[in-house]
Amino acid sequence: MARAVNNKRRAVVTLIAWAVGIAIFFPILYTVLTSFKTEAEAVASPPSFLFFDWTLENYAEVQERSNYFLHFLNSVVISLGSTVLGLIIAVPAAWSMAFFPKKRTKDILMWMLSTKMLPPVGVLVPIYLLFRDASLLDTRTGLVIVLTMINLPIIVWMIFTYFKEIPGEILEAARMDGANLWDEVVYVLTPMAIPGIASTLLLNIILAWNEAFWTLNLTAAKAAPLTAFIASYSSPEGLFYAKLSAASTMAIAPILILGWFSQKQLVRGLTFGAVK
Amino acid sequence: MGSITLSNVKKAFGDTVVIPSIDLEVNNGEFVVFVGPSGCGKSTLLRMIAGLEDTSGGTIAIDGQDVTDLSAAKRGLAMVFQSYALYPHMTVRKNIAFPLKMAGLPAVEVDKRVAAAANVLNLNDYLDRRPGQLSGGQRQRVAIGRAIVREPTAFLFDEPLSNLDAALRVNMRLEISELHQTLGTTMIYVTHDQVEAMTMADKIVVLQAGRVEQVGSPLDLYRNPRNKFVAGFIGSPKMNFIDGEEAAKENAATIGIRPEHIELSTESGRWKGTVAVSEHLGSDTFVYVNVDGVGHLTARVEGERPVSHGDTVWLSPVAGRIHRFDAQDMTL
Ligand SMILES: Nc1ncnc2c1ncn2[C@@H]1O[C@H](COP(=O)(O)OP(=O)(O)OP(=O)(O)O)[C@@H](O)[C@H]1O
Ligand SMILES: [Mg+2]
Repeated sequence: MARAVNNKRRAVVTLIAWAVGIAIFFPILYTVLTSFKTEAEAVASPPSFLFFDWTLENYAEVQERSNYFLHFLNSVVISLGSTVLGLIIAVPAAWSMAFFPKKRTKDILMWMLSTKMLPPVGVLVPIYLLFRDASLLDTRTGLVIVLTMINLPIIVWMIFTYFKEIPGEILEAARMDGANLWDEVVYVLTPMAIPGIASTLLLNIILAWNEAFWTLNLTAAKAAPLTAFIASYSSPEGLFYAKLSAASTMAIAPILILGWFSQKQLVRGLTFGAVK
Repeated sequence: MGSITLSNVKKAFGDTVVIPSIDLEVNNGEFVVFVGPSGCGKSTLLRMIAGLEDTSGGTIAIDGQDVTDLSAAKRGLAMVFQSYALYPHMTVRKNIAFPLKMAGLPAVEVDKRVAAAANVLNLNDYLDRRPGQLSGGQRQRVAIGRAIVREPTAFLFDEPLSNLDAALRVNMRLEISELHQTLGTTMIYVTHDQVEAMTMADKIVVLQAGRVEQVGSPLDLYRNPRNKFVAGFIGSPKMNFIDGEEAAKENAATIGIRPEHIELSTESGRWKGTVAVSEHLGSDTFVYVNVDGVGHLTARVEGERPVSHGDTVWLSPVAGRIHRFDAQDMTL
């Protein structure tokens, strides 16, 4: 009896989980499907789901009309660059705040987080002007700088939390064992924080890859990443759903693949400390 | 060599003065135990000697050399922490080898020393495990192994046994004492367990509120406590204190009698009282007695004594074993 009830319950829960999963995934799936339709079928009503003439012409046309690889390369440079630069700044910052807290450390952390509460558009004009005067508009360097600054609070917070999990006594033990600051960081702190740093790195690459506000506003052509590449298909000659979908699929595929292969690491990193 | 001298050492955290001023001499090869109630500053003092905590004043010297401003890594001391503080990402072998690696010893020498330490501490079967796969006692052994391989000037222990169960604690206590006999290296050991202090120490330092109350050998403190605090802190069960009329008869503000120095009789004696609780340990019996006009007294009698709750008994102090204190709690 009890087993039957249990099985029934499990079936219901499984069903709900699948429903939620599909609901969340559906937009992506539909985008991918649309990318293989003709423009006419893409706007047909009722939409055909699987039984349409599969075609690759959108991909061919998108590749022909715009330089996918340039934008892809821009996205890679910008997301990796801003993540690495962010980590270089955040690791020492988080280290000093986690292991040598001062009276104002908590305030500084809160202040950094509060910058994330400001709507980005509020600082668009000053940053645009600064970028213009510094000749950083439509450059990869400019985007790396701005995305580093945008995501820095999150990186610092995440790494700070991971460092906080490391008992101070272990670092003191290293000091007693004759380790200098460098040895302490290289042989003890970093290996213990690697899972946390890795998931911060992954999450930040994803955030930077998908960032659209600053990348759209501060680039025109040369440094435009994939987000701008997608956006270019939603105007100005009207909407081309199929081509837009093809562009979107090409833009999200790399990050989706990265996320798929690193999901274990991501989940582990994001729940660090919560489950042990 | 491993003599440590503290002169006028002070410590304050912000406005809170934790240690007003301490002078202390630890001789080479001595086993010194810091005891005192929780929060009295034992760990703080030990950490200042280790170099993990800055001093707010005074000087610390090791073998006559002033090390007050030297970093922990350069003092040549080894420490065993209460939490063991092993490196979780390294195997037992690597944990033990770590201080040698930091000292830049050649690999052959490192292997030799790690093997020797593993032998002494019975760790041979665990060398390739991670700390997470060890029991508390084994972890403690690894922590000790990591401390001994480097042949430090002195060992510092901060309540190393308090996370272990009672039986293991007694074992490890013996092992550490044995280790001290074999190595002959200076050891400073912090505990709030006065049994550990009495059994292991050459010299006990009793602390209270950041002050040294008394320094002496275990039996010295037991026989001649300098004041009421030390008298009450050393010995188990705790010394009985009696004031008022009974103390006045001895020309003191307070008198103290250890439970083992009270004779219990069912016929006659100095004080008549009723048994509240009797604890039968087999080897001893602890009898808690309410005495009118005197208070609660604890008596410790050898062997099995058939007394129980509600019985009327008589208690008498053993002659010459009464401690007398003045109104300032100092021994008279
Ligand atoms: N970092 C700190 N900041 C402020 N006060 C501190 C700090 N570390 C310790 N203290 C205070 O110093 C006093 C002594 O602490 P310490 O840890 O040395 O006590 P202890 O004798 O080791 O006690 P226990 O037996 O509980 O370990 C305590 O009152 C404690 O609150
Ligand atoms: Mg302590």
